[in-house]
Amino acid sequence: MLNLHLYMAQRLTALIMAPLTVGHLAVMIYAVQGGLSVAEILARTQGSLAWFLFYGSFVFAVSIHAAIGMRAIMFEWLGIKGTALSLISWGVCLLLLVLGGRAVWAVTFAGAGA
Amino acid sequence: MPETGEFLEVSIWREQDGDGHFESFQVPRRDNQTILDVVSWVQQQADPTLSYRFACRVGMCGSCAMMVNGAPRWTCRTHVQKVADDNRLEIAPLRNLPVIKDLAVDMDPFFDKWVAAEAVFEPSQTRDDPMAPITPQDPMRIAASDAIECINCAVCYAACDVVAANPDYLGPAALNRAWSLVNDSRDDGQDARLKAVSGGGGCHNCHAQQGCARYCPNELNPTLSISGLKRATAKSLLGWGQ
Repeated sequence: MLNLHLYMAQRLTALIMAPLTVGHLAVMIYAVQGGLSVAEILARTQGSLAWFLFYGSFVFAVSIHAAIGMRAIMFEWLGIKGTALSLISWGVCLLLLVLGGRAVWAVTFAGAGA
Repeated sequence: MPETGEFLEVSIWREQDGDGHFESFQVPRRDNQTILDVVSWVQQQADPTLSYRFACRVGMCGSCAMMVNGAPRWTCRTHVQKVADDNRLEIAPLRNLPVIKDLAVDMDPFFDKWVAAEAVFEPSQTRDDPMAPITPQDPMRIAASDAIECINCAVCYAACDVVAANPDYLGPAALNRAWSLVNDSRDDGQDARLKAVSGGGGCHNCHAQQGCARYCPNELNPTLSISGLKRATAKSLLGWGQ
C-alpha cells in the first residue's frame, strides 16, 4: 500500500535516522567509559539546544518512518484499509511523536535551571 | 519413455464453480518424465474431465505453469525427479489467480496489470522515420536485455507474497516489463509509465524478498527491475531526470 510519496518519506527519514543512530551509539560508548550517572547525563543535556535538536529530529524521523512501516504491515497482514488504515497510521505517528517528544523534552528543557 | 515399475502418488486439485478438493491418482513413473507428462497421463488415461492448459511443451509459450509441491513451476520443463518428494506430487493451480476449473486459472488479472503498469510500447517515431541506432553495448539496451526474455507464464506472480497480500499490486512480471520499456530509448510513454508504477499498487510495495527471481524459469530477476523502477521514479520526483 506504499505509493511513491510514502516510499520517499520512509527512505528520507531513514537517511536522517542512520547518522543520528551512529552518533547516539558513539557518544554512549564514549560517555560510559569511566562510568556515568544520571545526574552527569542530565548535566550535559539540560538546557542544550544541540541535544534537543539531535534527539528531537531522531524522534521526528522515527515517528514518520515507523508509522509508514506499520501501515504496510497493517494492510498486508491485518487487512486494514481505507480511512481506518490512514487514521491508525497517523495515530501511530502521533503516539511516537508525543512519547518521544516528552522524553526529549524531559532530558533537555523540562526542569532546566532547576 | 520406458516405465520404471514405480508409481507416483499424485494429488491433483479439482475445482468447479468454486468447490475444490484434491483428488489422488497413481501414475506410472517413467524416466525423464515432466510434470506436464504426469498431468497429461491423468487426463488421457484416468480422467478425461481434468482441465489444464498447455501449448508448446518446450518452455516457449508460458501456458502450463502450475503449483507443484507448493512451488510455482513451468510444468513442461520441470522433471519429476527434480521436484517429487518420495514419489509424491501435489499439483495445484497457480497461486494468486482465480481458478476457472481444476488446474486452469483465469489470467485476466495478470494481463490487466500489464496494461495498468503502462507496460506497452509507445512509439516515438513512425515507420517513415529512419531506424533508431541502438548498439548492443548501450547501457540502456543491456538493462532492457536483462529483463526482456519474459514468457508471461505468471510463475513470478504466483511466487510473490506481496501479490498475495495486496491484490492491487501490479506484480513482478508487469513491473519487469515496464522496466524494460523505461530502458527503451525509442519509447515515448515514460511519464505515464512512471506515474502508473508509482500508485498504491506500484513498484514501491515490493519488499525485495525475491521469490520472483528464485522461481522465474528463465532466470530473470524482476526484483532488480523493480529496484530500477524505484530509482527512476525517485529521480523523476526529485527532478533529477532518468
